[in-house]
Amino acid sequence: MKTKKNDPFQHLKDWIENGDSALEVEMQDELDDTESQPLPKEPAGPQKKLFVLDKKNVLKRLNIWYAVAAFAVCLALIGVLVYAAAQLPKFGGADTLVDSEVTAFYVENTMEETGAVNIVTGIILDYRGFDTLGESHVLFIAVCTVLLLLSIHGEKDEEQKLKADAYDRHFEPHHDEVLQCCARLLTPLVLIFGLYIIANGHLSPGGGFSGGAILGAGLILYQNAFGYKKTERFFTFRTFKLVSLCALLFYSLAKGYHFFTGANHIPNGISAGHVGNILSAGLLLPLNFVVGCVVACTMYALYTMFRRGEF
Amino acid sequence: MEALNVILLLFILVCAVAVSRTKNLLSAVIIFMAQGLAMSVVWILLRSPDLAITEAAVGAGITSILMFIALKKIHAIKEEGEADENEEE
Repeated sequence: MKTKKNDPFQHLKDWIENGDSALEVEMQDELDDTESQPLPKEPAGPQKKLFVLDKKNVLKRLNIWYAVAAFAVCLALIGVLVYAAAQLPKFGGADTLVDSEVTAFYVENTMEETGAVNIVTGIILDYRGFDTLGESHVLFIAVCTVLLLLSIHGEKDEEQKLKADAYDRHFEPHHDEVLQCCARLLTPLVLIFGLYIIANGHLSPGGGFSGGAILGAGLILYQNAFGYKKTERFFTFRTFKLVSLCALLFYSLAKGYHFFTGANHIPNGISAGHVGNILSAGLLLPLNFVVGCVVACTMYALYTMFRRGEF
Repeated sequence: MEALNVILLLFILVCAVAVSRTKNLLSAVIIFMAQGLAMSVVWILLRSPDLAITEAAVGAGITSILMFIALKKIHAIKEEGEADENEEE
């Protein structure tokens, strides 16, 4: 076993040594004669040396070309962006986008059609519903990638797990009184504020993304103050999987149903309700909740994966 | 209100330059956090409170926390702890 393990290193060492000596010889060669071409009849040694030199030259040339190409691409990109920015309508101008059909339509009809007082939510969750679905999936995919890269779940090496656990609180005190007192006061307020923002998404500024981010931040604060044992009572990997799956599935199905019936002019049984009530605006409230759940789970999952590699 | 706007925008500019000029990674993240907070106030002044909420929670809060953890993972935060140990010795 040992010889097998040593083999590649030995090979590497040989190669490095050869390469080094080749370089020295090469320098002398260059001094003597600038034009040195590989001869086919020469033994393997010199050929190797020349190969090393060629590689170096090619790399040098490539580096120069790389710099030039990068500079050119940057210039081209800057040019395109500046040109595009110059074509944009003037910021804050009196007649900017007033004549746009879509804008006028949204401003006039959003509240009526979707029942949302906050027409931003009306637009992003109704007219542009698939955009938001895509964004939720992007978040989910980001967490999946982080899970793939950083997860130590199912790691057979127990030592590594213990190491990660020990390193987890390397710079932090285990029970910080100040942090715990603040967290005890703040966490409920933060969570309630997040829920309020989600629930009022169709009435006041906010919505699923902002509220979900606040919920996630509250969870992170709680976890930081009280440790994994307390959070594991209500939030484990299983919870994350269940909530994310149900939320994304519900969003896809509800939005699919809504768009299908709307596009075919079939009555869908979803009424806007009394505009201004919490329980109104049809699908917007549940969709806001669903997006909020996905965002909160994502934030917390990113945090725990970065921190410990495990829930 | 105009003055506050100008001050905040200048603060953001200074922060943005400072982040790239700072050698200490920990300070860089904290400056980045301050920039995010100023940015969220600017969003309020631009009358988009929903963006302000998101910026405060994500830009100033969660991003910085993730960066702190990343710094810890790459062993970039260690001066304080080591200094304490040296003093004790």
